[in-house]
Formats: sequence, C-alpha cells, structure tokens
Amino acid sequence: MKLAQILPASVVGLILFFLAFPIVVVAVVSFSSATYLTFPPPAFGLRWYEAYFSNPDWLKPTWVSIWVACAVVVLATFLGTLAALGIARLPRGLRVVAAGLILSPLIVPGIVVAIGIYYAYSRYGLVGTPIAMVLAHTCLAVPFVVTSVTASLSGIDPRLEQAALSLGATPGATFFQVTLPLIQPGVLVGALFAFITSFDELIVALFISGTGAVTLPRRMWDDLRFQIDPTIAAVSTLTIILTAALMGAAHLLRRRAERNRMATSSAAP
Amino acid sequence: MSEVVQPASLALAVTRPKTAPLNWRKAVPLLLAAPLLIYMLVFYALPVVAMLLRSVNDPTWTLSHYATLIDDVVFQKTFWITINTSVTVTLGCLILGYPVAMGLVRARSMAPFILVVILLPFWTSVLVRSYAWMVLLGRHGLVNEALLALGMIERPIRILNTPLATQIAMIHILLPYMILPIANALRQIDPSLIRAASGLGSTPFMTFRQVILPLSMSGVAAGTLLTFVLALGFYITPAMVGGPRDITLSMLIAQQVEQLNWAYAATLSAVLLATALAILAVARKLPGVGNAFRTSMR
Amino acid sequence: MTGGATKGVPGSGASVTLSNLEKTYDRASAAAKAVDGVSLDIRSGEFLTMLGPSGSGKTTTLMMIAGFETPTAGDIAIDGRSVVAMPPYRRNIGMVFQNYALFPHLTVEENVAFPLKQRGIPKAERAKLVAEALELVHLPGYGARYPRQLSGGQQQRVAVARAVVFKPRLLLMDEPLGALDKQLRENLQLEMRRLHADLGITFIYVTHDQEEALTMSDRIAVMNDGKVAQVGSPEDLYDRPDNRFVAGFIGESNFMPAIVRGLEDNMVVAECQGTVIRALCPNRPTSGEKVTLTTRPERLRFADGAWAGTEATHNRLSVTVTEAVFAGERCRYMLQAGDGTSIVLKEPSSATVRRRAVGERAEIAWSVADTILV
Repeated sequence: MKLAQILPASVVGLILFFLAFPIVVVAVVSFSSATYLTFPPPAFGLRWYEAYFSNPDWLKPTWVSIWVACAVVVLATFLGTLAALGIARLPRGLRVVAAGLILSPLIVPGIVVAIGIYYAYSRYGLVGTPIAMVLAHTCLAVPFVVTSVTASLSGIDPRLEQAALSLGATPGATFFQVTLPLIQPGVLVGALFAFITSFDELIVALFISGTGAVTLPRRMWDDLRFQIDPTIAAVSTLTIILTAALMGAAHLLRRRAERNRMATSSAAP
Repeated sequence: MSEVVQPASLALAVTRPKTAPLNWRKAVPLLLAAPLLIYMLVFYALPVVAMLLRSVNDPTWTLSHYATLIDDVVFQKTFWITINTSVTVTLGCLILGYPVAMGLVRARSMAPFILVVILLPFWTSVLVRSYAWMVLLGRHGLVNEALLALGMIERPIRILNTPLATQIAMIHILLPYMILPIANALRQIDPSLIRAASGLGSTPFMTFRQVILPLSMSGVAAGTLLTFVLALGFYITPAMVGGPRDITLSMLIAQQVEQLNWAYAATLSAVLLATALAILAVARKLPGVGNAFRTSMR
Repeated sequence: MTGGATKGVPGSGASVTLSNLEKTYDRASAAAKAVDGVSLDIRSGEFLTMLGPSGSGKTTTLMMIAGFETPTAGDIAIDGRSVVAMPPYRRNIGMVFQNYALFPHLTVEENVAFPLKQRGIPKAERAKLVAEALELVHLPGYGARYPRQLSGGQQQRVAVARAVVFKPRLLLMDEPLGALDKQLRENLQLEMRRLHADLGITFIYVTHDQEEALTMSDRIAVMNDGKVAQVGSPEDLYDRPDNRFVAGFIGESNFMPAIVRGLEDNMVVAECQGTVIRALCPNRPTSGEKVTLTTRPERLRFADGAWAGTEATHNRLSVTVTEAVFAGERCRYMLQAGDGTSIVLKEPSSATVRRRAVGERAEIAWSVADTILV
C-alpha cells in the first residue's frame, strides 16, 4: 500500500517540478555574473539588474508597457463592466451573440488577431503609436474583465435588488448602493487581469509597435533574436514577481468577496 | 363581481398601464452592452474580417487562393508540422496533466500549494516561459550540463532549435489548460461512488478504470480540445525555440505578412481559424464538454 | 411593550383590494395563467395569509401587490388608490423575503437604516428609528454586526426590522420562516403575531404550511390553481370548508360519497351506504344528486360503551377496523365502511380506553354539525 501511495505522489511531484523549475531557473540565471546563458551560473551578482535599470533602452519600453497597461485597465474595466451588467440581462439569443463576440479573442488564434489588427490599423497610420496599442490591447483584455464581473454578478442574490426597490430605492440608487459595491471585487480582479494581459502581450505588439510604441515584451523579443544576454533574465524575473504580486492580490480579493457573500453563520439562534 | 363580464374596452383601461416605461427598461441592457460591442467591432472584429476577406477579394472576388492550397507543398508541409506538433503536445499534456489533476483534487492540505505551482507559470508570459526553455535547453544550459556531468554524452547536444524543444516548451506552457478542466470534472465526482466501488470489492486500479476515468471524460475532452486548439495557433514558442526549418502555420502567416503577401496570409489565416472553430464546434456538441469549458474559462 | 411604533391604533393599517387579478406568462397558451381572477378584500390592520400549494399563485399575487410583477388584467388598490401603475419603490410597502435578502456588504444598522436613507431622513433621526426597530425585534445593540455573523433567526428579525422601520401601513411576507427549523419557526410565529398586535398594520403573509396559517392569521385565503378557493377565519375554514380542495388541504378530512334524499332546515339528509346521514350545507343540492360529505378524523368517536347521543344531532355508521396505529399522543385508526370507503379516526390515547383490534367491527358516531357537504 505504501508504494501505491508514494509512486503517484512522486509522479505528481515530478510533473509539478517540471512546471515550476523553468521559472526558478530564469530567476537564478538573472543573478548570474556570467555574460552568457549558462546554468548553473558560475557566480552570483546583481549585474544584470544594474544593466537593466541603468539602460534607457530597457527603461523606455518598460515605461511604455506600464503606461499602455494602465490605459488599458481604465478602458477595458469601464467598457467591460458596463457590458457585463448589460449582457446579464439580455434575452438569451442576444446574450449568446454578444458574449461570443466579446470572448472570441480567447479563442481566435493570436496570429490571426494580430495580423487582422495590423492590416486595418496600418491603413489608418496607427502603427507605431501607443494609442493603437491601447486600442488593440483593450480588445484582448476585456474578456477577462467581462468574465470576472459576470461571475461576481451571478453570485449576487436577485432578491437583494427587489429588497432594495421595496425599501424605496430607485433603480439608480439600487445600482449604486447595492449592485456596484457587491461587484466591486469582480471589477478589481478583472482590472488586475487586464493589466497582466496588456503588460505581457507580445504577438499584436510585434506587428503594431513599429518604432514609436516599443513595449517591454517587444524589446525582449528583439533582444532574443539578435543577441542573448542575461539582462533578459533579470527583466523576466521582475515581470514574474509583478505577475505573482498581481495574482496574489486577485486571489485575496476573491477570498474576501466570498467571505462577504456568505449569508449564514454557525452561531446559535 | 366575478360573474360580470367586463367589456373589452374597460378591461383594456386597467391592463398594461406601464407600456412606455417597460419598453424603455428593456432597452437598458442593450445600451449598457453596446459601447463595448461597437468598440470591439470597430477595433477588432472588423479588422480581422477585413483581413480575412483579402483571401477572397484579391484582386477581385475569387476562390483561387484556396484552390491553389491544394497544390501548395509549403502549405501542406507547414500544416502537417502544425497538426503533428499540436497532437504530440496535446498527448503529452494529457499524460502529464491527468495525474496532476488527480493530485490536485485528492490533496487536502497541499491543494493550495499545488494550485500556486500550476497557476504561477500559467500567468507568467509565454515569452518568459519560452525564454526559460532557451536557457535550459541551450548548449550551456542545464540539461546539457547535467547530461555531461552524468557522463551520458561527451559534447553538448543540440536540443534547442529542434522540434523536440518546441514540443517540450509547448507542453510546459499548455499543461495548465489540460489540468484545470480535468480537475474540475474530477471534483464533481461524488466521493461516495468511489467508496461504494471499493466496498463492492474493486481494487484501486479497477475503480479508477471503471468509475473515475469514465466520469472524468467530459473534463478530459474539454482539456484536450482546448489544448489542441491553442497549440494550433502557437507562434512565439515555436519561433523562439524551434528549428529554423520547422515552421508552423502561424509562423508561415507571419512571414507572409512581412513580405506583404496579404492574400496568401489571409488564406492561411482563414484555414487556421476554420480549423480551430471546427474543433470547438465539435467540442460543444459533446455532452458535458460545454459546461467543462465554461467553468475552466474562469 | 417596547418600541415607538403605532400600537394597534385603528386605521393605521392599509386596506388592500384585489380586483380580478390575472397574470399570464405565456400569451400563447391560456393554460399558463399563474393567477386567474383573484379578488380579495383585505381589511385595514388584519393579518391575512395566502395559503396554498406551490404553483397556486399566492407568491405571484404577492409580487403583484409589491410591484415586482405586472398584472395582465385586474387592479390592485391600496387605501382606495390604484397602484398598478406605480413602481415598487413608490408604494411604501414593507417586504420580508424567504431568504431575508439582507445586504451583505452593510452592517445590521446600515441595513435597517437603508429605507430611511432613501427617504432623506437625517442621520440623527435615522439612528433613533433604527434603534427602536431593533428593540422591537429583540435585537438591541446588534447594529455593528454584519449579516453573515448572525444566525438564520436573527437575520430574519433584522429583515423584519428593516421592513417596518419606515412605518409602512402594509407588510408583505413571502414564506419568511421557510428556511428555519421547526422549533425556531414556531417561536418566530408567535413573535410575528405579537409584532402584528404591537404595530397594528396590515400583514399579508404567504405560506404553504397550513399549520402556520392557522396559528397566525386573522383570516386565510386558500389558493389553488391561481384562484381563491375560500376566504375566512381559521375556524371557518376548518369547521366549514366550502369545497373539496379546502377540506383536503387544511387539516385531514374524510370524504364519503352519498346521495341526497331530502332537505331539513339548513341540513341535508343523504344516504350513505344504506345509513341516513345529516350534514350542513351552504348550497341547496337537488334530490338524487351525488355528493361528497366530509368530516374531520378527530371529530369521530367510537359509539359504544358510555357514549350517548340522539339521532337528530349525531350521525352513526358501521365500520370495520383495518389498521390501528399508536402514535403517542393519539391513536389513529383506519376504518372501512360498507361500500369500501376508507375512513380515518383519531382519538386521544388513554390508558383506560380500550384499543380496537384489526378486524373488529364497530360503530362510529359524530356530530351533524361536523359533517359538511362539499
């Protein structure tokens, strides 16, 4: 019996190791002091982090990515939350169509989306502008916002709205005082995912970043094609940390929202 | 009063007094969703459609671009490589992913930890993950160093920039898409079924084969189809770690766009998109898969 | 008692008049009428319960009174004014839902203050009214807690406080005790009754539990299939059901087929398997008509030994005992009459009274006043 328990557990452990190890490797290499990609690194140091933080060729794209991602968060959260509120109440047929359109970026192959956008945007001279990046990334980010807000909405007891109305709240007051506070966690989680999606996005950026809107992933890609230096490992590690932080925040928000929604307790009557 | 038959006009006077506000209220959901829908049409859907139309609209309305695909050796080779890679990767994800899904569902105290290990790579960018494999599989990377240290090889072997590298990296990236739907399906199996089976004398292996496996099939199907569709469209990973002559369909499309062969690129894109949509359409028809999709999309 | 709410002041409750209410969901099929011609006069200050099985239309009717459903025909008037065109947030009606519907993101105090805030009542006044309302439901000092920290019974009381804090003249309740266990339910039923006496406003209560309805109500409107089967006080409905449905739904009833033989004063004389039975009847049936007579199992007695009664005031019947069950408080017998009709008899158990055996023949008797023709 012991073997039957240990064997599967170690298999699972191995596969999990396979999943986690490459990420760890990147972090370790970033602290290497060698100039080429070796693992394990011969010695450790912060050389590549210094290289990153002191090089405007790296800092400028970082700034562009942050700027764009923030704009995408605002736009995608606003449009996505409104849409989620509307879609929830649409009749079934319309709802399926609307949801299909909004969620399609998750399904359509990235290259097809990218060249389609490139095709149209280049017609209007939008290639190489940060605005174009914001416009395109928003389309890729809204599915996450809509999904998150919709999940939040469906967890709300429909009777709450009726209760508010019966107590004298107009539909507008009901929305602002009851519905909105209750979907707030969903909106925030969606916003976090929107940020990550835009910040890490590469395929569309490859085509429409041109020279005026080079994002951090685009810069990393160029670096990898033409030279390989471990600065990329440092940048990668920083983005991993950023991703982990945002994911952790999203998880905490979700947990708090679930706790707030619990209607019953185990206290005695 | 119930005996009196109300004249029709009188009845109308007291029925449906709220027609005007009712109609206005019905329009609100559409008004809320419209901004995003219009936005996505303008900045995403119509551009993609316009591009795809180049496959039938260049120079005039014609299906010739599709017709020539039949004799197009480059396309066929590329398509074959893409399908081949996707199938291999999907199988690899299935074999590796199912045990992890079971582990995730069975583990009590370890479950959150396992989830973190699955989700953190999941949310790390494809670029970073592909780069990680460049580091690991390179000439001075860990794999070569380990093999050298173990004395299994004498000189570093070339793993990076081969189809094998692409497959390993893609399996790594796509594993969570396989694990999560299967875990969802497994979680919904009533534990008393398993207890009943062992109470009736079934060994753990038999229980797995005859109870757990069949009941998890909807999750397996969802995960497999999702992984396959995503694998078809992969661009970054094959471009970064794949061999220079192992070109996937998405890489071919990118090349053609760089050379401004829009009609050809559009035709290839249409084929890729159609393949993905066809598989998804089949997936939705399978019982239970639709739900598995929806829960795992969260 | 406690609280500053109106205490049983006559006229402080709203009167509600439902006229020929109809609600159809599916225009195509007339069979889908959730509410089919409901007319009801609810008096100021009374505790009226709409009682019926699920699908009887009682909740839909309540929702129409509240304003969440629009009638497809008919009118609703509160205090003489038609409200059908008024949205729910203007009707000034208090409402309590089955799962309380407390706002989870607000404290108890904020929940109860919510309707006051909508009405623009200033902060100091709000706090005072909230405190009074919480006192009324025996939850003083709970203001800072969140709903998730309260038990089911406490949440329900907060929901009631919230619904009455703005002094409405009408309170609607949609199976508010459905989610609670039996013991708690019975306690809260009494509290509801007390609250009604304290506040003096009109309560309209919806439930499918006939015991609950009988315990709490001034009057009960029994509903079935979208129509009102009968309206009356609990005693009226129990002792004198109008129709077969009410007789069967409220309490337990025996149904005996009979043929009308004649009429005497306000009683009908019928023949039931060879025996003459007298029954009360509201309508005047014709001779020879086939009817159903109904009696309550606990109103039947075994007619031998020390029992005595006359033919004019009591009915008698010969039966055979087919089942005898001792259920603690009572003994329950299944009897079979001559023509095969099953009759249930319940009598209080006692150590001195002999229990009947299966297969035994016996005579049962009961008061004519307890026999109704439906």
